[in-house]
Amino acid sequence: MVKSLWLSLLLTVLGVVVQTPISVLLGVWAAGRQRNRAVLSAIYFVPLLLSITAVSVLWRAVLDPNFGVPSQAKWLFGDGNLFGTQAGALGVLVFVSTWQFTPLHTLIYQGAARAVPGVLYEAARIDGAGTVRQFFHITLPQLRNTVVTSMILMVVGGLTTFDTVLILTQGGPGTDSTNTAYYMYQKAFKSFDFGSASAIALLLVLVATLVSLVMVRLTGYDRMRSTMEGV
Amino acid sequence: MRKTRPNHLAGFGSSLWLLVVGLPLYAMLVATFQSRADYAANGPLALPRHFTLDNYVNDLDSGFAQYFLNTVIVTAAVVGLVLLLVPPLAYAIVRNDGKATGRVFRLFLLGLAVPSQAVIVPMFYLINEAGLYDNLLGVILPTAAFAMPVCVLILTGVMRDITPELYEAMTVDGASPWTVFHRLVLPLSKSGLSTIVVFSSLQAWNGFLFPLVLTQSSENKVITMGLYDFQTEHGVDIPGLLAAVVLSMLPILLVYLFARRALVQGLMGVGGK
Repeated sequence: MVKSLWLSLLLTVLGVVVQTPISVLLGVWAAGRQRNRAVLSAIYFVPLLLSITAVSVLWRAVLDPNFGVPSQAKWLFGDGNLFGTQAGALGVLVFVSTWQFTPLHTLIYQGAARAVPGVLYEAARIDGAGTVRQFFHITLPQLRNTVVTSMILMVVGGLTTFDTVLILTQGGPGTDSTNTAYYMYQKAFKSFDFGSASAIALLLVLVATLVSLVMVRLTGYDRMRSTMEGV
Repeated sequence: MRKTRPNHLAGFGSSLWLLVVGLPLYAMLVATFQSRADYAANGPLALPRHFTLDNYVNDLDSGFAQYFLNTVIVTAAVVGLVLLLVPPLAYAIVRNDGKATGRVFRLFLLGLAVPSQAVIVPMFYLINEAGLYDNLLGVILPTAAFAMPVCVLILTGVMRDITPELYEAMTVDGASPWTVFHRLVLPLSKSGLSTIVVFSSLQAWNGFLFPLVLTQSSENKVITMGLYDFQTEHGVDIPGLLAAVVLSMLPILLVYLFARRALVQGLMGVGGK
């Protein structure tokens, strides 16, 4: 039980750490109005359309130890069985969630990046700031509200991850990737211990709500100044 | 606004991500067009040497036609329920300042915060007691219920944007609330309506947890369950499995091709989950 809670938190933290930089960069990139960016964004979007089930089944097949990509690229994947070690299993879970949900967060950041007032960039350019400095000194600070929103979505989604675990790793090897949501499912529908399953479910909701509230507090989201000040 | 200098770093990064997104999709497609033996011999990334549609035909014969039909039924029923219940509800919330409507609205907002995993055990009890276990109706009702909070939120947002003058003008002309609803409110909420249709149909089409827990027999399987069972039972038949994955995503991809805007807006509603 405690182990599953730690695993849930670990998976969530890893998910946020991996997804946030990718989706900020892609979102800011996609906010540009060039034609090729619109086309590529449309392709990037496809994983989000598929069900979590389809995505998990697809990756399970692509990463199959005997017939999948790892069996072809032993120099990269070692013995090819990614699901045989805890690091491998957790890595696969984080990667598959990233693959599927990055488009959602990219879209959120894209909308926010387009809302950044153009005069800020003009002023920066007159002061001689290049693309990189503009990104760190204008775009990122302007996106701070969005970062919190997107991270809360990631945290709630990450803590309740269930389908991916069931299909990709079945909580294994052993119980090394059994997160709380999957543990609850096993308790309820494998051991038919409905009472403790419900208790775990309640705990999960409490933890998710608590983490969201703490994030809002720590980042000062609730008393954050408007990004439109002085524009 | 526009950069004059080409941004090589961005070009490299975006191409890299294109590979990450595209390669598995490509591997999936080519796998479905070859036999199992060919797939095992060629490896996952090679182009098929002997093109075949057998995987799709076999999948449809071994039950996926039925699962597909079941999913269509569930999706249509969920969208129907949402369209029947949510617009009048949103109309009442927007046009009525009473305490009761405010409470109802807050109740729906509370529903946004509850993940379906958290209530799956009581839901299982409830559906069992109602005698709806292993019945498509037992999947339809909770799926519609869990789609409704987001839909209510979206539609009240859209209806609040209708200017009060329009309501007054119609009321002065002696229109009943029903006439105002279907002559003024519904036509002006079209964008919101299309968003909730897309959102709820995606929830129903892609739903997994409710069918997993609430159905059992193969005549009541939806397509996500078909995929899951295929994988646990014949996981080694990768081309057949991937063909089933393609079948399951086909309708959504078609809608994506023809109604991208509506679909993207519907998906943004997913963020509330």
